[in-house]
Amino acid sequence: MIVRILGEGQLTVADEHLDDLNALDGDVERAITAGDEAAFAIALPALLDAVRAHGVPVPDEELVDSDLILPPSDATLAEVAEMLGEEGLIPG
Amino acid sequence: MKRMTMIFRSKANTALDRAEDPRQTLDYSYQKQLELLQKVRRGVADVATSRKRVELQMTQLEQQGNKLHDQAQQGLANNREDLAREALTRRSGLQQQISELQTQHANLQAEEEKLTLASRRLQTKVESFRTRKETIKATYTAAEAQTKINEAFTGISEEMGDVGLAVQRAEDKTAQMQARAGAVDELIASGALEDVTASPGDDIARELDALSAGTSVDAELAAMKNQLGSGSPAPAIEARDSDSAAVETPARETKPEGQA
Repeated sequence: MIVRILGEGQLTVADEHLDDLNALDGDVERAITAGDEAAFAIALPALLDAVRAHGVPVPDEELVDSDLILPPSDATLAEVAEMLGEEGLIPG
Repeated sequence: MKRMTMIFRSKANTALDRAEDPRQTLDYSYQKQLELLQKVRRGVADVATSRKRVELQMTQLEQQGNKLHDQAQQGLANNREDLAREALTRRSGLQQQISELQTQHANLQAEEEKLTLASRRLQTKVESFRTRKETIKATYTAAEAQTKINEAFTGISEEMGDVGLAVQRAEDKTAQMQARAGAVDELIASGALEDVTASPGDDIARELDALSAGTSVDAELAAMKNQLGSGSPAPAIEARDSDSAAVETPARETKPEGQA
């Protein structure tokens, strides 16, 4: 699975890590839905760190689409909420 | 995770299906890629300029801080704890400004590094795309090319979307910091900041100067008195000595107070 962290590039992450990452992603989503800045400030870096830890960088010369695209590490809760909100996936 | 994925995908894959010969879309996209590459490089340069400006400001403020520190020591050496305290108080205000600038500096440095990497990555990918593009143009007819062209766009559109966003974010951040840096520059230039630092520092300097001038006058007077005391006939001196002492003492005491 290829994951892009915006502003950082792409990483190949083995499927076996998917459950771990989904759990962390759940934390991010819950923080966003609750509008909980403090929880978000912990959850997003935790998710990105896990991706970085499990992932192997895709070589620069390779041109591949990502299976997943994650927000940049310095994204604010409002920005990520907006990214999600544009698609109408999270109501309100 | 699935949710986050879709959002950027839809943004990235546009701007095709335009040219009559689909192979032209390759050239068109390549052109756009080169433009973006230029933009990222300008972005890197802009961030570096901001970083250097912040560095210069930090140096200026640190120099003022050192000056205040020296003045505090001078004040203490002259038994003027009030002046020393004042200088150190102002210095701690400066210290706060400096630590804010340090945070900004670290942010700019991180942004610069990120953009430099993005620029390098994009350059390599653009080169890969160019190779694919040339192969497709050499190998396929316009009619055959469509699928191959779609394949060629794989990855590069997403990369362009990402890099475009990164440049945008860097621009927003540097614009904010430049506004703040501009404010600090203006403060330094207008002397408003000097109200907190240099100009009151000058007050302190003036007082210290007056103080040391006072002591050297005292020393000179004492030396003169000694000379007179050892040289001339006693009665005349005694009269003059007590005279001058009566005049000197009040003059010496009022002088610094008048200037303070």
